[in-house]
Amino acid sequence: MSIDKRIVDDFVANGVEFVTTVPCKQLAGVIEELDQRDDVFHIPSNKEDEGMGLCAGAFMGGKRPAIIMQNTAIGVTINTLATLIQYYRMPLPMLISYRGELREPVACQVEMAVHTKALLAQMNIPTYHFHWQKDVEELDNILKYTFMCNKPVAILTDANFWGGYGDQ
Amino acid sequence: MIRSEILKEIAPILRDQLVVCNIGIPSQELHAIDDQPTNFYMLGTMGLASSIGLGVALAQDKKVISIDGDGSVLTNLGTLPTIANNVANNFILLIVDNGSYGSTGDQPTYAGMKTDLAKVAAACGCENVVECQAEDTGKVLQAAIDSNKMTIIVCKCESGNAKNPVITMDPVIIRDRFMKSVQA
Ligand SMILES: [Mg+2]
Repeated sequence: MSIDKRIVDDFVANGVEFVTTVPCKQLAGVIEELDQRDDVFHIPSNKEDEGMGLCAGAFMGGKRPAIIMQNTAIGVTINTLATLIQYYRMPLPMLISYRGELREPVACQVEMAVHTKALLAQMNIPTYHFHWQKDVEELDNILKYTFMCNKPVAILTDANFWGGYGDQ
Repeated sequence: MIRSEILKEIAPILRDQLVVCNIGIPSQELHAIDDQPTNFYMLGTMGLASSIGLGVALAQDKKVISIDGDGSVLTNLGTLPTIANNVANNFILLIVDNGSYGSTGDQPTYAGMKTDLAKVAAACGCENVVECQAEDTGKVLQAAIDSNKMTIIVCKCESGNAKNPVITMDPVIIRDRFMKSVQA
């Protein structure tokens, strides 16, 4: 089974029906898989804080949400995470493409990568780092944990996890 | 008319609907005029009232009205293409456009200068965009509710704020009673 299908299957199995995305090359397969499924509503957003607003609304409307985005988005969403998702205590699984890690070809991506875990730690956001393909086995438990505790939870997925970045 | 006078006039219409209200003085005014469990007050995160409201509307069938401001829509301008391309006919976005950042001291916004939010919404692909004067808000809002069509209302009014206390209700309580209203 492809890693993309495996990930979307885990979301669906955990009742996630509303997914917003801001794309990343590494996440293209997951986003394509989402678009092919009838059991998930996929709504692309223009910016990640907007996406978190959509997710907060969907949660209050009775649907389990998730957001899929790049780690650069952590720099965009700190305020939204603190004053919306955490303040009102809402669950939000964040499947994050962890750019700027091992096998990254674009130097500038490293500049946000070095802040990513520190920012998430400062925000007290439970954070998991998928580096090997087998790490995906933890996703089901992470999703259950997220909806148990009503917190935003970060799943960082690096280039090695995705099998390298493009042709690199 | 200023925002608080509009809210007073449309309070009987809002009463029976799910309402997501913009951060700052708009939420304080609505809370003081007619607090309802069906009101979701934003205490932080400027700009996201329209996104939260669209999310609620897409997730269930009850009508949802987001009360937003011109400054907040400008902060999250990417919301308009998302709304236009994900039509929820149970969603109404009411933009109270007073041409100023009301909660921060009435500094002018670009919506009060060259930028026309109704035209921006239409250019983004929103199909039912109605611009109205403050006095007509109730009539226009009721028509939008009755139309069962997703509608963007840009209500032009004067800037100015009523004096009300800040909302001290716990955010989790605001969220919980809103969710119970959704499920009721
Ligand atoms: Mg304003």
